[in-house]
Amino acid sequence: MAVENPRSWRKYDLRTRLVRYLAVLLTLVVGAVSWQALNIHYQFALTAPWALADLFGRMYPPDVGYSTEIAGPLVETINIAILGTGLAIIMSLPVAYIGAENTTFNRYTYVLGKLIIVVSRSVNVIVWALIFVVVFGAGALSGVLAVAFRSIGFCAKLLAEGIEEIDPGQVEAIRATGAPGPSVLVYGVVPQIKPLLIGITTYRWDINVREATIIGFVGAGGIGVQLQTQVNFLDWRAVFTILIAILGIVLFSEVLSAYLRKKVT
Amino acid sequence: MLSVSELGKTYPSGERALHDVSMEVAGKEIVSIIGPSGAGKSTMIRCINRLTEPTEGSIVLDGRDVTGLSGKELQTARREMGMIFQEFNLVERLTVMENVLSGTLGYLSTWNAFRRNYQGEDVERAYEVLDRVGMAGRENARADELSGGQRQRVGIARAVLQRPKIILADEPTSALDPETSRAVMDLLTEISRDEDIPVLINIHEVELAREYAERIVGLREGEVVFEGPPEELDSDARNVIYRGAEPASPTVVAQEKTGVSISEVDKETSF
Repeated sequence: MAVENPRSWRKYDLRTRLVRYLAVLLTLVVGAVSWQALNIHYQFALTAPWALADLFGRMYPPDVGYSTEIAGPLVETINIAILGTGLAIIMSLPVAYIGAENTTFNRYTYVLGKLIIVVSRSVNVIVWALIFVVVFGAGALSGVLAVAFRSIGFCAKLLAEGIEEIDPGQVEAIRATGAPGPSVLVYGVVPQIKPLLIGITTYRWDINVREATIIGFVGAGGIGVQLQTQVNFLDWRAVFTILIAILGIVLFSEVLSAYLRKKVT
Repeated sequence: MLSVSELGKTYPSGERALHDVSMEVAGKEIVSIIGPSGAGKSTMIRCINRLTEPTEGSIVLDGRDVTGLSGKELQTARREMGMIFQEFNLVERLTVMENVLSGTLGYLSTWNAFRRNYQGEDVERAYEVLDRVGMAGRENARADELSGGQRQRVGIARAVLQRPKIILADEPTSALDPETSRAVMDLLTEISRDEDIPVLINIHEVELAREYAERIVGLREGEVVFEGPPEELDSDARNVIYRGAEPASPTVVAQEKTGVSISEVDKETSF
């Protein structure tokens, strides 16, 4: 039997469709305006393929002999990441505690916790490094502090979210035994967030290895110092060696942190 | 001896959970609080160790008024009341032994708690109590590996380790199957006798309450509407507790209504 009036179905009604078309149009306009405002010189884009080929020609082959000289800075980079992450975790514990709705003392401490998290996250690691280089001078110490202060917000935010999701029953049971406040924390809260803590630490360490490779540009130690120097000397073959080395340790840290995170869950 | 007088709890929303509740629990008696869902049974139990803050009345345990305490004194008062939870509330990621010994945290400094540095006699007692609750040999199992019944046994052991003067049990069998429920009730009875302490159990299975309790308190809408030995908990009394009937129902019509309602009550309470 033929259907005389096939029923039609549309996901959106006319009004919604119009709004959606308008949204697409608006996005295109915003894109075009930004493009115009930036005043890009297209002649550089046209010569880019030659420039790239030229650069690669100067880079290749990588300076193998230089690799022995960057072993030290590479280790320093990893060490900056380790110490920076460790410091960040220690400092982020109290911040997470007051930044979690269920453990914070009052509204003011909660806002303070959130504020620290936002400030730490909104300042880029390069800016933190600049600040600490001014205060403590060039070197690995500034790098460690820059990485640490940059990481506090990230670690504290994730930890605070973890604390907000713990089972309150377990905490309550410990409180009901008459345990003092800090013991309730140690016994009722800490075991519940321990896997998360380990996960965050390794994940952040992995990110920090990458961050530690660039803070040398402003003098805060690590492989970035060498990279900056060799770029200035136009020693492109040495630069290529450094880039390969950075790729190597970033890959290494990523694989290691993925493995560790898999282990704890 | 626990003495609760004129206890009241009104939530900030204005909802009145408890009103003018008075009772005494002493010796080594087992007292059951029964009542429909939302009658205030849990609120009642939780007010006693102040996991929920009462708004009126007083709670006196062995001559000490618990209601006004704070800080260290409140901790000491809580230490004297062992609590058993419906959902067991073991610290899931810790071992059975750590959970049992967490009952002694009220006697330990945080530094020692952190290092799991328990007093030697407590460790010895923990082994004994684990044996008594039938969990010997499972010291190093993690709590999340256990079944519901086993978890509740560990929960009871934790409460006993507190050296409590009373045990408060908030629906200890609601998450368990009937057979395990009986085992847990047997265990609580045994603990009460051995330790010479009273047990206040809030329970919704009327059958279990009648079987195990020496005294039953019926709550309805936050008020005590029945109190007496299990034998006195007849169908009239159950109607008062679960259906809100008037305590005395002399007319034939009322009795007929009662006849109908009992079966409904029975369904509701797995009686």
